[in-house]
Amino acid sequence: MDEALDTTLTVNGAQVTRRIPARMNLVDFLRDELGLTGSHVGCEHGVCGACTVRVDGDIVRGCLMLAVQANGCEVETIEGLSDSGELAALQKAFHERNALQCGFCTPGMLLAARDLLKHNPKPDREQIRAHISGNYCRCTGYQAIVDAIEDVIHGQG
Amino acid sequence: MKAASFAYAKPRALAEALELIARPGAKVLAGGQSLIPSLNMRLSSPELLVDITGLDELKGIRFEKDTVRIGALTTHADIERSDVVKRHLPLLAEAVPHIAHPAIRNRGTIGGSLALADPAAEYPACVLALDATIVATGPKGERKIRATEFFKSLFETDLKPGELLTAVEFKAQKKDERSAFVELARRHGDYAIVGLAAFASNGTKRLAYFGVADRAILAQNAAKAKDLESAKAALAKDLQPPADLYHSSETKLHLARVLLERAWTKL
Repeated sequence: MDEALDTTLTVNGAQVTRRIPARMNLVDFLRDELGLTGSHVGCEHGVCGACTVRVDGDIVRGCLMLAVQANGCEVETIEGLSDSGELAALQKAFHERNALQCGFCTPGMLLAARDLLKHNPKPDREQIRAHISGNYCRCTGYQAIVDAIEDVIHGQG
Repeated sequence: MKAASFAYAKPRALAEALELIARPGAKVLAGGQSLIPSLNMRLSSPELLVDITGLDELKGIRFEKDTVRIGALTTHADIERSDVVKRHLPLLAEAVPHIAHPAIRNRGTIGGSLALADPAAEYPACVLALDATIVATGPKGERKIRATEFFKSLFETDLKPGELLTAVEFKAQKKDERSAFVELARRHGDYAIVGLAAFASNGTKRLAYFGVADRAILAQNAAKAKDLESAKAALAKDLQPPADLYHSSETKLHLARVLLERAWTKL
């Protein structure tokens, strides 16, 4: 029952072992300890979605999970999913549709969009909006983002 | 916006968990989707977090005879995808998509939500409407609590110190029974301004409102009314909603009537 624990997890396919303070959030660990700064820290209480990462295949809020809770888990971030090509079609469509401006929300937005397409390959606009409702964008608004996701669904992305 | 420091333990067995949560300054961590924000904002600063997510015996949905038993650690996403829930607890299936967002539903748990007893949360109203039974486990064993006896006040339940909410038991909905779940929120996934979980069986209605009081409550007078108009009028006796930042008490009562209209024909 310590305030720091030896923790072993897989991050983007590579095994990592660190002694982690119990109070450290997963997203802070990824950014500050591993230098994976693609996952962003926005609100730190689960509202904005900028810190979205994947844990054991499911998207989660990186600010609402302790890093020590990821012990034994498989964590994937925007860096890993970008490198693997899994997000390539979405990234291209976001670019073409101007679905980002400052880019702060984009990593989380891409992970949420990819998660939707994994569970439902043919969502309508309402379903897209519902699925990304937990990801805030303060620049472009949502129209272009929904358009970009639709492009991928229709094979134009 | 960073949590104060605390010790962390992840028990592998229920008995071990019960021993740990009895310690002074201990707090239970289930899905953490409400607790971790409150830690981040330092609204809560426990000395010890007991992470119960390793207790596999508290996970999963079982259907036996006419009862659906949902383990406390079953996530909203598990409930959302469950065929048993779709078939036997349509009210719950209808309610889950209103809970926050997919990334949060992947970790948040039914037991955590019930034990927290947020007055604007969906599950407390569902368990009231369905007259479900909460199962709590303490050092002396299991105790069953009717949902109507469980919620005491704002974030207050009948759980005693040292007890862990371990499961919820629902009676499976029968063919001639009806239910409806409706909610108004400013944005999808936000906390409800007003919500209603409604259930009808043999001409008896149970109308559980949330977001209108210090806890989810049954609108008893409206439920006894013979027609929609008198039910809407009777709601004034059942609900005296406190105003929030954006809505006056009158607005909330009006919206509660709107929801009753939307649910009424489905019952």
